[in-house]
Amino acid sequence: MIIEIEGLKKSFKDVKAVDGLSFNVKEGELFAFLGVNGAGKSTTINIISGILSKDEGTVKICGHDVETEAEKIKSELGIVFQNSVLDKKMSAYDNLKSRAGLYGIYGAEFKNRLSEMSELLDLKDILKRPINKLSGGQKRRIDIARALFHNPKLLILDEPTTGLDPQTRITVWKVVDKLRKERGLTVFLTTHYMEEAVNADYVVILDRGKKAAEGTPHDLKNEYASDFIKVYKHLDEAEEYFCAAGNNIRRERDYVEAELKSTADAVAHFKIRPEFFEDFEVLKGNMDNVFLKVTGKDLKEV
Amino acid sequence: MNAKTVEFKKLVSLVSRNTKCYFKDKFTFFMSLITPIILFILFVTFLRNVYIENFEKVFSENNITVNPKIISGCTGAWLMSSILSVSAVTVAFCSNTIMIDDKISSSVNDFKISPVKGVTVSLSYFISNFIVTFIVLMVIMLIGHIYLACVGWHMSASDTLMIIVDVICGILFGTLLAGVVESFISTQGGLSAVSTAVSSMYGFICGAYMPISSFAKGLQNVLSLLPGMYGVVIIRNHYLNGYMSAFVEEMRAASVDEKIIEQVINGMRDSFDANIYFFGTKIPLGAMYGILLGTCAVLLLAFVAIVLLKNKRK
Repeated sequence: MIIEIEGLKKSFKDVKAVDGLSFNVKEGELFAFLGVNGAGKSTTINIISGILSKDEGTVKICGHDVETEAEKIKSELGIVFQNSVLDKKMSAYDNLKSRAGLYGIYGAEFKNRLSEMSELLDLKDILKRPINKLSGGQKRRIDIARALFHNPKLLILDEPTTGLDPQTRITVWKVVDKLRKERGLTVFLTTHYMEEAVNADYVVILDRGKKAAEGTPHDLKNEYASDFIKVYKHLDEAEEYFCAAGNNIRRERDYVEAELKSTADAVAHFKIRPEFFEDFEVLKGNMDNVFLKVTGKDLKEV
Repeated sequence: MNAKTVEFKKLVSLVSRNTKCYFKDKFTFFMSLITPIILFILFVTFLRNVYIENFEKVFSENNITVNPKIISGCTGAWLMSSILSVSAVTVAFCSNTIMIDDKISSSVNDFKISPVKGVTVSLSYFISNFIVTFIVLMVIMLIGHIYLACVGWHMSASDTLMIIVDVICGILFGTLLAGVVESFISTQGGLSAVSTAVSSMYGFICGAYMPISSFAKGLQNVLSLLPGMYGVVIIRNHYLNGYMSAFVEEMRAASVDEKIIEQVINGMRDSFDANIYFFGTKIPLGAMYGILLGTCAVLLLAFVAIVLLKNKRK
């Protein structure tokens, strides 16, 4: 295990930010940590990275206790913060150089690492430009290079793609996937995009400082998310039928959506009212539904 | 490499980063120069003639004629001593922006997760602020000395060297004071408020705009309790020494009585704060260095205590 957390508690005055949290992250895993703002994600990350101290519990990174062996952990950890910490007036090169200096990477070693990062993240053309002249995606690539410069075992990505255009999000994820495959990098991810969480090996959903659910995306969907049928014709009749059958429904302008107990349930409805199935689709429940079911909150709206 | 060498290299890297960040921001650099520019404009437009008239009055009252270039240079030297001693503090307060910016942008968190000691980070802010303030003051000094060379230069090489030493002492005091006060600030608004307050008040309370001798006795006594004032007086001594010697030579050439020469020179030194009194007792130059450096030592202790406490608290 690369992260071992047991009974973690942290309060700020009367507010319990993290309340008895326990989970493990395996080496090489893409681990998704989900929760609305204020759920305790940032507090947990800050404790893992040694920025905050804990009130109770144990937190181990690479087998080292975060409080008593903090120095051993620092070189194993890289973080891409939600808000960039790059020096905006300085060039990308200067930013990476000053960051490398903190890890004792100088001279030839710095040049080697820079060319490695430059190739991996396609930085060649932007290295000499000041950060405030770069696009959001270019800045994010520098952020990632900064976090990876010292070759950490664990990369924490705190909402890394928030505010990025779809193309840049794809680029960021390609890099992360490559690092995981080629170097066995463990990635600890917090995100608001459920389509990113669905690719995770393991998910923990946090609500008001407590673990609300955990498992692989597949297990979570099976346990918490229902399937849906969308009917696009005979809308009034379909609405009436599914209501009478006791299904939760949603009427939109051009379709009626009914929640199913299982995918096979759709077959039973087809046998009773085949006319609804002239134009229809059956959808598997997704992570948005899981999150809504577990926390009662829509992650897109918070 | 041993651990101390590694940490020292990290310190150098951080100092280089902080200093670069400051000079990349042209606006911040300009803001740091505002106080000296205001003082210079104030001097050229209003104060210069007033001081020249005061000097001429002293000499005419004693029926002595002196070269107007020495008087002109002397008032310029007085101005330079004011600008440099006040700027050593005000520029240090205005230039410490990187420390506040790092708090605002959460860069401090990035340092906390890096294998660099909190003490090293704090020390890097202090050192880079010292370097930045020194560079800014050297630029001001260069411009000022070109001005003095134009209006009348009467300073010895040793006094010029001592002025640099005085400026370094002043910057040490200014950067330590800024380091202590600004440790408690975490917003850009807070920094602006403190910098503005210091820039506008410090010049007055240290006699940079108006000589302390022109204030009421009670106020003079209160001001003599402020250690920063001794930084002003030290630098003033080294700026005015050469001019006072030039006045003496002029008066001797005009066969003025030695007693009158002594009276005139002492009067001028008192009037223009080259002499300073602590509740009526004249303070020697060595004691002024002692007070200033002693205060620096106290501020250093306070700075270290704050850094240690801040690194402990999470």
